[in-house]
Amino acid sequence: MTTLLTPPSVRRKIRLVFTGHVDHGKSTVIGRLLYDTGSLPEGAVAKIKKVSAETGQPFELAFLLDAFEEEQKQGITIDTTRLQFKTEHLDYVIIDAPGHKEFLKNMISGAADAEAAFLVVDAQRGVEEQSRRHALVLKLLGLTQIGLIINKMDLVDFEPKVFQSVSSELTAFLESLGLSPKFSIPVSALNGDNIVNPSSKTPWYHGPTLVKALDDFTYAPEHGTGLRLPLQDVYKFDDRRLLAGRIESGVIHVGDEILISPGHKKTKVTALAAWLDRDKKDSASSGESVGVMVSDEFFNRRGEVISLLTDAPTVSSRFTASIFWMGKNPLKVKKRYKLRLATSESEAQIARVLRLIDSETLAERSIKLDKPANGSSLDGYNDVQRDGHNKDPRATAHDGAYDASLDAPQDAPHDAPHDAPLGASFGKVSEIGFNQTAEVEIVLQHPLAIDLFSSHRATGRFVLIDGFDVAGGGIVTQIEERLPIKFGFVGDGLIARCEVFEEYFYDLNGMTVSKIGTHDPMYCVGDAVPLVGYSYHYPENFDIVVFRDQVAITIRQGKVAGLTHLSEHSYEGFPVVNGRGFGVLIASQEDFNLVRHDYERLSGDNEARLAERWLDFNTFRRIPIGSGDLRQTT
Amino acid sequence: MNHLQSLEADSIYILREAYSRLGRLGLLWSIGKDSTVLLWLAKKAFFGHCPFPFIHVDTGYKIPEMIAYRDKVASDLGLEMIVWQNKVALSAGMGPDKGRLICCKALKTDALNAMTKHYGFEGLIVGVRRDEEGSRSKERVFSERNEDDEWDYTNQPPELWGQFKTDFPKGHHIRVHPLLQWNEIDIWRYILDQDIPIIDLYLAKNGRRYRSLGCAPCTGIIESQASSVAEIIDELSHTNIAERAGRAQDQEDSYAMQKLRKDGYM
Ligand SMILES: Nc1nc2c(ncn2[C@@H]2O[C@H](COP(=O)(O)OP(=O)(O)OP(=O)(O)O)[C@@H](O)[C@H]2O)c(=O)[nH]1
Ligand SMILES: [Mg+2]
Repeated sequence: MTTLLTPPSVRRKIRLVFTGHVDHGKSTVIGRLLYDTGSLPEGAVAKIKKVSAETGQPFELAFLLDAFEEEQKQGITIDTTRLQFKTEHLDYVIIDAPGHKEFLKNMISGAADAEAAFLVVDAQRGVEEQSRRHALVLKLLGLTQIGLIINKMDLVDFEPKVFQSVSSELTAFLESLGLSPKFSIPVSALNGDNIVNPSSKTPWYHGPTLVKALDDFTYAPEHGTGLRLPLQDVYKFDDRRLLAGRIESGVIHVGDEILISPGHKKTKVTALAAWLDRDKKDSASSGESVGVMVSDEFFNRRGEVISLLTDAPTVSSRFTASIFWMGKNPLKVKKRYKLRLATSESEAQIARVLRLIDSETLAERSIKLDKPANGSSLDGYNDVQRDGHNKDPRATAHDGAYDASLDAPQDAPHDAPHDAPLGASFGKVSEIGFNQTAEVEIVLQHPLAIDLFSSHRATGRFVLIDGFDVAGGGIVTQIEERLPIKFGFVGDGLIARCEVFEEYFYDLNGMTVSKIGTHDPMYCVGDAVPLVGYSYHYPENFDIVVFRDQVAITIRQGKVAGLTHLSEHSYEGFPVVNGRGFGVLIASQEDFNLVRHDYERLSGDNEARLAERWLDFNTFRRIPIGSGDLRQTT
Repeated sequence: MNHLQSLEADSIYILREAYSRLGRLGLLWSIGKDSTVLLWLAKKAFFGHCPFPFIHVDTGYKIPEMIAYRDKVASDLGLEMIVWQNKVALSAGMGPDKGRLICCKALKTDALNAMTKHYGFEGLIVGVRRDEEGSRSKERVFSERNEDDEWDYTNQPPELWGQFKTDFPKGHHIRVHPLLQWNEIDIWRYILDQDIPIIDLYLAKNGRRYRSLGCAPCTGIIESQASSVAEIIDELSHTNIAERAGRAQDQEDSYAMQKLRKDGYM
């Protein structure tokens, strides 16, 4: 095979979507652009002429895009399509989107990953409902590069006043959303005015033609430079164990210390695998599909996210989001949905609706609640922490926490104590209808690795699945942080507080037992722990059970091997200590179950009795005598 | 990352999603350039392994060199191959003389659908591209087919942010389209860039070559001097004749492909 001819430079393409109200001419504008730039294959126009002749319909350039029989018969775009296009300077993927409100889901499918957008408006009809709705959706999707096309200028005799008025109305609307259009072009797709050729009918217009304006768009800046590599799968086809996924942002190098969230496992990249020698390398960056080999054999799974140690995603099960709903059935507060974020998945509920944007009139009649997104529920959360009796770090015990009761009526108005009173005329917002957008608080069944959409796109957006279909999507605007604990263990989606590696001493002067500071504030899965201290000595293999957090930590060969919920923990024959490092007298799974049972009934009254029965102060710890500072006594 | 690298990475992402999310999976391998690129991408996605069978729906009318090439590649690479034919229709004398669309339906669509049912495939990886023809231009990356293998194309579910259709009733299956965003010339540039071996029917001999491979009676040969991949790329950058212009079944009726594909044609 000859390789004499090197392939021409193949530039990355800008994804550009055409949006706007139904019938305002999006497909015709694209068709005209293709036609007037000679970008069509031979026979394409002949083919649609044949269709017009057969069906007796007028010739429509839109048929170049609207390929389905149903689309051509009804003169409407049903589904989105995309095609490659180039100008002298840049390469594009042009995306045609439908304007009919029935097909908003298809518009969103087209627009979701676009980097720039045109809003097409019919000069005669002016700004209509879907013009505004599409603008809102573009904003929500994070698009900032927007251009206006005021089409069908032939129908208003190329009147500059009409152009001005439509253009400024839409610009004002966009500005109210925080968007500012880059340009506004008066065109007639029917005749090709200002599409490729400057029009003699708009001597008052001095801006670029559409094809020239395309070059004003640029590649969307990369959002978030921190490494995010969501795992798609873990392969073991041969003796290698490969973590497979696509890098969504940042760079990964062989030798990097990485964190795998939400499991919170620390490890090191040992190699990037490749089938072909030509693909072997020491680093890979955003957009690449890779296979990562790491130095520790953890249990890894799809949905985990690789990041660097600093700048990791937040592990949380509660966040605020802006969402759009495309489902035929309304989105119901408190109903269970499947949520997918990058490659991770959890059951999810909308805890409450913070703000609802009316589908018909959009922003003009949005319902504003009195309460800010980060209201008192967060304070309530901290209260739970402060008194130290939070039961299970996976679920928070306050308003809107994941509702585990299956028989709770799904559409019953929820009775959250912190809920702000809503405007009397609206009542409680308990559902979000077809094509509506809203700001909501979401609670997950399992914590996931999450980012703010504004900092990392791929791990800051999600879809909701109702039944078999993706029915909604959203972007994360605020994340509730996990427990702000200072010492203990974190991993496998769990957190446990403990003081196992702290030094205790008997203070002769005060006649009390005191402790000094910790060795290390937080241990992750994979971390080595200090087995031997001045006042303690643990074996290589042992288990720590932390009753207050309901978590068991397994230490194997001196390293944190994993965290499990107490209910899933099984006794493997190794010594067991409690969260303070005192031995727990467990010699069998039965003992373990008994201890759990007893400690679930822990109260001020039985605490001493339980300690007497189960704890052993002498095996792993001793209480040396000190006088204020242990180091002075040694 | 340039255009080809990003097409490659995204196709690998799609293949891995299919492998991770769908049950029994197979790859439709038609010996042509697109499915040969698919084979290459699968090798890359799974680090030299191909964790699913390759399927050839053999109409019995394929260009003979294609069958020889298929068997050679399959044995060279140790592929798990499934070759399927609609034997009943063939022995009853089905052929293009019965009408091209009728023949395509029986020997391709019906055969494919029977094969899917027989093996209980939940995912079929197919190398179709948007730029081939109208109904493909509107496809999803993960495209559902119901228990009768039909495509409900006027009511496709949303597909965004790499979140594909992976929830569906039992008995339905998904057509996975990793090459949907590729154009014909991208395929050739990638073949050149990666030095992928391809069947030589694409290369001009005596001023003629195949641009698209299908069944012998229905696939046209084009006039061409392009006897290397580089020359094919050069030729394609200067032509504006559509790739499937030589495919007879596309020309029968304005919506021929839409109708065939609605019933389960690839
Ligand atoms: N007079 C006039 N008619 C136009 C112009 N552009 C488009 N049209 C007509 O407007 C109608 C709708 O055009 P389309 O391109 O299908 O509109 P669309 O925005 O793609 O519609 P949807 O995709 O269904 O939302 C067609 O009949 C076009 O011929 C124009 O510049 N002038
Ligand atoms: Mg249209």
